[in-house]
Amino acid sequence: MLSVRNLSLGVRENEEDIEIIKNITLDFPDDRFIAITGPNGGGKSTLARLIAGIRTPSAGQILLDGQDITALSVTERAKLGISFAFQQPVRFKGLQVKDLIRIAAGKDLSIVDACEYLSAVGLCARDYIDREINASLSGGELKRIEIATVLARGTRISVFDEPEAGIDLWSFQNLIQVFKKMRETVKGTIIIISHQERILEIADSIVVISGGEVTDEGPRDAILPKLLGTDAALQACDRVLS
Amino acid sequence: MDIIEKRIIEEIADLHEVPEGAYNFRINSATDSRRSTANIEIRTKEDKPGIDIIIKPGTKHESVHIPVVISETGLKEVVYNDFYIGEDSDVVIVAGCGIYNCGNQDAQHDGVHRFFVEKNARVKYVEKHYGSGTEDATGKRIMNPRTEVYMKEDTSMEMEMVQIKGVDSTFRSTLAELSAGAELTVHERLMTHEDQDAESEYTVELNGDGSSANVVSRSVARGTSHQKFISKLHGNAKCAGHSECDSIIMDGARIEAIPEITATSTDAALIHEAAIGKIAGEQITKLMTLGLTEQEAKEQIVNGFLK
Ligand SMILES: Nc1ncnc2c1ncn2[C@@H]1O[C@H](COP(=O)(O)OP(=O)(O)OP(=O)(O)O)[C@@H](O)[C@H]1O
Ligand SMILES: [Mg+2]
Repeated sequence: MLSVRNLSLGVRENEEDIEIIKNITLDFPDDRFIAITGPNGGGKSTLARLIAGIRTPSAGQILLDGQDITALSVTERAKLGISFAFQQPVRFKGLQVKDLIRIAAGKDLSIVDACEYLSAVGLCARDYIDREINASLSGGELKRIEIATVLARGTRISVFDEPEAGIDLWSFQNLIQVFKKMRETVKGTIIIISHQERILEIADSIVVISGGEVTDEGPRDAILPKLLGTDAALQACDRVLS
Repeated sequence: MDIIEKRIIEEIADLHEVPEGAYNFRINSATDSRRSTANIEIRTKEDKPGIDIIIKPGTKHESVHIPVVISETGLKEVVYNDFYIGEDSDVVIVAGCGIYNCGNQDAQHDGVHRFFVEKNARVKYVEKHYGSGTEDATGKRIMNPRTEVYMKEDTSMEMEMVQIKGVDSTFRSTLAELSAGAELTVHERLMTHEDQDAESEYTVELNGDGSSANVVSRSVARGTSHQKFISKLHGNAKCAGHSECDSIIMDGARIEAIPEITATSTDAALIHEAAIGKIAGEQITKLMTLGLTEQEAKEQIVNGFLK
């Protein structure tokens, strides 16, 4: 099980100390599909980056099966089985899609195997396998390749940061199938940060993060109705107005 | 040919056996082997060291390999190779030079290549430079290629110039003159390491209407190496010229990129782009989330960039 304990992250901006993650404690049990949602700027991506080791917390711990991994590097955490699909995937001049998928898989995949991951995210493998991951790829294509690399890793913990962003409606349904299938095959923990009702609908549990804090958490059936009511929207409006 | 020379040929020409088509292997300043074909004749020059390569008009889908290897320390040579490429032909020319220096004297190859490309001909030219030697060798590996390309009407020339490893010092200069409708593409890839020095200068004269040139250089400088890239595009007609220099700088290296674009015609369109920067931190981070160490991530990024 992955857990975070009293996790905080403060940054200094314009001579002011601000806390973007405030004392968050959460459990992500194995074989579970957990969705994280909440308003823009709430701290969702920051929490994911803390879990992946890209950012270092100012206080608190991250535990994997009870082992404190807070001090481990990004590489070490990746090797322990944590994968992270970025909200904004990185572009590389020169590196090809097949290179990235091979690196992700950690072995010298055959082209056929590499293509399977691309097909899973709805890309015609033949057209993409040799493409450079450079500025010539569209936002949606890049996003799908990012998801494919996490699929290729097949680790026990996969964190997806807004995987649906930029993906067209037609492919959206397939994407949901991808997550469902992933659940069946990997039996790991899938954490998806999302604003999409249809993704929240397939989660076992939902965590709401707002203002750097967990404001709600529980089984999907308990949380989703609250989110879909006008409450959340109203709260957001109130905040803007006040 | 001994085992080291064989390995160097593999490195610079991707050749594991005797190539098809015409070839000339030059090893330690002597011709090791040669083959002319019905359409491609290779002749030893009479007035100076080097060869003439004469390609008959209309020769299609044939290739010429002319690798050069130096494996004797202290050897210095200047070689003149002239390529006469007949009208309407379509050929691949693979040159390349490898120096294996395990002694304490410098080894140096200065090659002067001239291409006379006749009307409508198409050429793909690949040139790889590579150096190696024993750890304790203090002799330098030096290569100074001079390339001149004279392109007649409606010709096309695609040049791939690669220097990936082990060349201590290089000064390469390339001149191209383009007539109407001629099209030149250059892809240069360069990596320097340790205290190596590399300078590359391109001068492209776009003299004919409808001519175009695209010179793209990608380089990586590591260690305390130094690189200088100079590109001069001269637009003298209704033409299009583009040059681009994209470099990754690492460690304590130094890179200079000096663009020069000159137009003498109102119909010339010339662009130069140059960028120097270190490897983006987020690229390294991304690969680390896939399980690579920081060092492995950098290697992958550099290899991809130079591919
Ligand atoms: N290095 C930083 N310095 C200052 N502020 C930061 C820094 N990193 C993040 N923030 C701020 O922290 C807050 C949380 O950002 P985060 O990216 O985690 O939000 P999010 O919940 O993922 O939002 P979205 O739904 O828009 O993706 C934002 O207000 C952001 O501006
Ligand atoms: Mg975010």
